[in-house]
Amino acid sequence: MPFETLIWLLPLPPLLAFFLIMTFAHRRNGLSHGLAIGAVSLSWLGSMVVFGRALQTEHLAEHPWHAVLNWIPTGDAWFQIGVQVDPLTVVTLFFVAWTILMIFIYSVGYHNYGQPRGMQDRPGLPPQGAEVKDTHGHLHRVPSIEPMYARFFALVSLFAFAMYLLVVSDNLLTLYIGWEVMGLCSYLLIGFWYAKESARNAAVKAFLTTRIGDVFMLLGLAALYTLTGSLNYRVILNNPQVLEILASTASPIAGLSWAALIGLLLFAGTVGKSAQFPLHVWLPDAMEGPTPVSAMIHAATMVSAGVYLMIRFFPLLSAGWMPGDPLTPPMAAMAFIGAFTALFAATIGLAQRDIKRVLAYSTISQLGYMIAALGIGAYVAATFHLVTHAFFKALLFLASGSVIHGMEHGVYHTGEHLDAQDMFNMGGLRHKMPLTFWTFLVGGLSLAGFPLITAGFWSKDEILTAAFQSNLPVFITLGVAALLTAFYTMRQLTLVFLGQPRTAAAAQAHESRPVMTLPLAILAVFAVTAGWVGIPAYFPLVGGMLPNWFEIFVGSMLGHVGEGTHAIFTPTPLMISVLASLGGLFLGWWVYQSQHDRVQDVLAKPLGGLYRLWQNKYYLDELYHAVFIRPALWVAEVFTYHWLDRKLIDGILHGVGRLGLMVGHGFRELIDRPLINGAGDALAEGTREVGARLRVLQPGRLQVYLLIALVGILLIGLVLFSIGMV
Amino acid sequence: MIPLTWYLILSAVLFSIGLFAVLARRHAIAILMGVELMLNAVNINLLAFWHYWSQVRGAPQVNGMVFAAMVFVLAAAETAVALALIISAYRRHHTVVVDEMTLLKG
Repeated sequence: MPFETLIWLLPLPPLLAFFLIMTFAHRRNGLSHGLAIGAVSLSWLGSMVVFGRALQTEHLAEHPWHAVLNWIPTGDAWFQIGVQVDPLTVVTLFFVAWTILMIFIYSVGYHNYGQPRGMQDRPGLPPQGAEVKDTHGHLHRVPSIEPMYARFFALVSLFAFAMYLLVVSDNLLTLYIGWEVMGLCSYLLIGFWYAKESARNAAVKAFLTTRIGDVFMLLGLAALYTLTGSLNYRVILNNPQVLEILASTASPIAGLSWAALIGLLLFAGTVGKSAQFPLHVWLPDAMEGPTPVSAMIHAATMVSAGVYLMIRFFPLLSAGWMPGDPLTPPMAAMAFIGAFTALFAATIGLAQRDIKRVLAYSTISQLGYMIAALGIGAYVAATFHLVTHAFFKALLFLASGSVIHGMEHGVYHTGEHLDAQDMFNMGGLRHKMPLTFWTFLVGGLSLAGFPLITAGFWSKDEILTAAFQSNLPVFITLGVAALLTAFYTMRQLTLVFLGQPRTAAAAQAHESRPVMTLPLAILAVFAVTAGWVGIPAYFPLVGGMLPNWFEIFVGSMLGHVGEGTHAIFTPTPLMISVLASLGGLFLGWWVYQSQHDRVQDVLAKPLGGLYRLWQNKYYLDELYHAVFIRPALWVAEVFTYHWLDRKLIDGILHGVGRLGLMVGHGFRELIDRPLINGAGDALAEGTREVGARLRVLQPGRLQVYLLIALVGILLIGLVLFSIGMV
Repeated sequence: MIPLTWYLILSAVLFSIGLFAVLARRHAIAILMGVELMLNAVNINLLAFWHYWSQVRGAPQVNGMVFAAMVFVLAAAETAVALALIISAYRRHHTVVVDEMTLLKG
């Protein structure tokens, strides 16, 4: 069997697991997680085999492994779909396989497998805990198993299938299919606890917001197909003539070339899916879903899909661009929106109370980094950050889930009613949950870009260096965002783990079970080491010790389009990067180590209105509600439902009904009764009358009969006489 | 010879009187008498034509006489039957007034 067949098999095990769990494993918790984890393990194994092979293959970018199959007949040819593995696919597969596997294993513990069922637990609500009696007869409340356990694993399996499909596909159509299936799973999983209204609303919000982006993306797809006759990467992206024609032909809109227009439309899809401004509003609300969902969908994989699309289509977006040229419209849009979002989201993140919200805004911000990097042409740097971010963000989310579980355990113990996710209720958890603390620390430092030892540093530094050399405004924005990132990361670490517990529940927290902490440890290893494959050669001291494998491997995707003048080393960006990181970390610790109050943030008063602005997310949700949602609801409820449907359409129907009745009535009273009944009655009456009159002729009296006969004879005689026959 | 017409007029008058009797009398036997009168009138008519026809020809023919004889015989037979009917009807209805026998009234 040729090697390419393996690539087809990568997305299939999770799909199969989805169907099997749905059909056979309802209510069988062990079987469902067994099927799911078995499936993603197979996909992981396949991905590792592909990775291993790819490391040994030269020129994978020029000759990617691919296989196609004929799918839809179109006229005299076939529309073909297929799979393709090139260096970009390989690195994406690597992080996708690892993070998905770790998250699946973690989910077994997160959903409390092996715990008793809670008596008050209902499907659709988070588990409330079960009462158990211990040996002394005391009643303890312990975490209970998730009632919809099998459903969770079915849905995340479907999600894993979609992500693998998106990554290995070689054409935009199957990519879009994977994209949309992930959107569906995101909706189902954010609304996993569907009995909670906030979860339902968040799910709808996520789906609709990403849908807006997807509509534009579909327009881009349609334009691309119409112009080139294909959606295949090899036909469009590896083909300089096609790119040249697209870049030089003007589209009907605003004087943009077709390449620019299509690039902007595809970028719109990414703005939705990767939660960039202005379509970022769904991601913080998406924290309503269980934490493994947040980790997988909203940190490591789904939102990365948007960035992956942009990276994949970089040749189209940058058609006609060479380093040093002014940016093409899509690149300019990406640079602006990416940088803006990075800073915008960072400011909001540092005023949030919920541990997962901070991470959500952090994700939005880091995705902005990647988009901005691509926008200025730093292809390899953006991909590098994509990979490292996946690892440390997934780690951070999973660790936060562990923290939440620990807090919930404390809540069960003490019986307090408090929000287990509010950081201001935590504190001092480093003693109670050491493994979670150390892994969270590694992830947080990686996010903040702690120099040298964390992966995030290497990728972030590369982006900042590229920005410094090509686009100063972007550099300044990203630099400030880096400072704020470090600040809110340390804020989070300090509030959660350092200091003293601020509530009794936090004091009663304990470490999570190994099935949850082992994935944390593995991801932490990646959060540290994944950066070392991309150390630039020019880096002082350590540069050159390890080859910059990442740059060589992924950089080969671009062929001759290089990335920028990295050969010359300037110390300024590096210094600013280190300063932002360490400075932000120190500031975050310094400000928040004195946070003892559960209610008020120490920064709230000094920053005043600015803090409130950030905490309320710049009131953007309220603005959207007033400008878009309320008019849409009005159109739906008043205009369409009341005016059109009930008054107009129902009015017409009722009118037709009444008209029918009137016509029927008319027929009955004006035609049926008088004419038809009348005719019948008249016939009968007339016959009776005639009979009555004629009865005179038969009186039964003989002499009358004879008289009649005589009269008849006389009449006949008269007639005959008059005509001359007598 | 007296003209044929006189006999015919006599026959017609007798016939009419007989007809009047049939149509206007109430008693069943009176009606019978009228019928007899009509038959006799017809006979006179018949015999008149016979006499004049045979006279014109000059040769005696017996057709007329036979015809008239048949009419007489039939009249007599029919009268016998009619009287029998009237007696039978009288026994049923206890009346000989024909106006009261209206069983065939429509």
